[in-house]
Amino acid sequence: MSWTPILLAAAGCYALKVAGLSIPQRVLDGPRVQRVATLLPVALLAALIATQTFDHGIDARAAGLAAAVLALLARAPFLVVVATAAVTTAVLRLAV
Amino acid sequence: MRPIVRDAVGIGVATGAYGLSFGALAVAAGLSVPQACALSLLMFTGASQFAFVGLIGSGGVAAVATALLLGARNGLYGLRLAPFVRPRVLAAHFVIDESAAMAVRDTREETRLGFWSTGLAVFVCWNLATALGALGGAALSDPRAFGLDAAAPAGFLALLAPRLREREPQTVAALAAAAALIALPLVPAGVPVLIAAAVAVAAAVGRGGKEARGGEGARAGGDAWGGEAVPAGEVSRLYCGNRNAADSPGRGVA
Repeated sequence: MSWTPILLAAAGCYALKVAGLSIPQRVLDGPRVQRVATLLPVALLAALIATQTFDHGIDARAAGLAAAVLALLARAPFLVVVATAAVTTAVLRLAV
Repeated sequence: MRPIVRDAVGIGVATGAYGLSFGALAVAAGLSVPQACALSLLMFTGASQFAFVGLIGSGGVAAVATALLLGARNGLYGLRLAPFVRPRVLAAHFVIDESAAMAVRDTREETRLGFWSTGLAVFVCWNLATALGALGGAALSDPRAFGLDAAAPAGFLALLAPRLREREPQTVAALAAAAALIALPLVPAGVPVLIAAAVAVAAAVGRGGKEARGGEGARAGGDAWGGEAVPAGEVSRLYCGNRNAADSPGRGVA
């Protein structure tokens, strides 16, 4: 296997990360950019949740996510929420 | 151990299971053990790495292009992280889903702590696990058996939930999730999340016109982020006077 695509892709991914961090401060201080930067995490997190849970349709992960919602409503700590989702998903897969 | 650091270590360990699986998959796809380890050390962005080894068999161009497409969202995370993390050339390497998500915090100090503790914890676990997985083959080839594929979305949900107390982020989150799901079967991997980002930009710019003049500072942290409003003095202390309250995120995780 050639090293060329490995190093190219790694360099490109790093460049994308640096590019995002290199936006000048005065651009970031504009009110419109502030609104974009504060709403972006909300949109990105929501999209990641949706695509990572439902990328193969509805399966045991949907139940795991539902269990996570219940844990959040019960004000469970972060790691408990995550563990609840994983355990629910794993148990359901064993059972089905 | 501080709760943020404890959560970061937990995320690192959960991610490690995927590192094992990545190492095993990479070797199965024809990469050498040093090449698998180099990807985790140098590329260090899980989704891009999985896509890369999945596609490398069908050609280098497709593998590189898809890795970059999936890596593009790290650039978007940087947009929010830019005022908080230094030095850029080093911090950039640790900008990934998990560190960006854990950096959505109330204060500058917690933002930095969330970012660095998560970035470093995932980096260490991910690279150790990649090496183990590459050497050991398919020891834990299927993290799904442990439900670990539900761990990441549940973690993202726990980070998102405190930000959904107000109407605007609720709408943006719902639109972003819907747009990503509609796009999912239609476009290459990586693009749905970028489309969702476009939804956020459109929402922010659409409302920006009436907010831009004067209203911004007065709204403090209590509106869009659903957190407790932060007193003006507190804001200028936290942000050294050069940030307005609108970038003060809501509450972090419990």
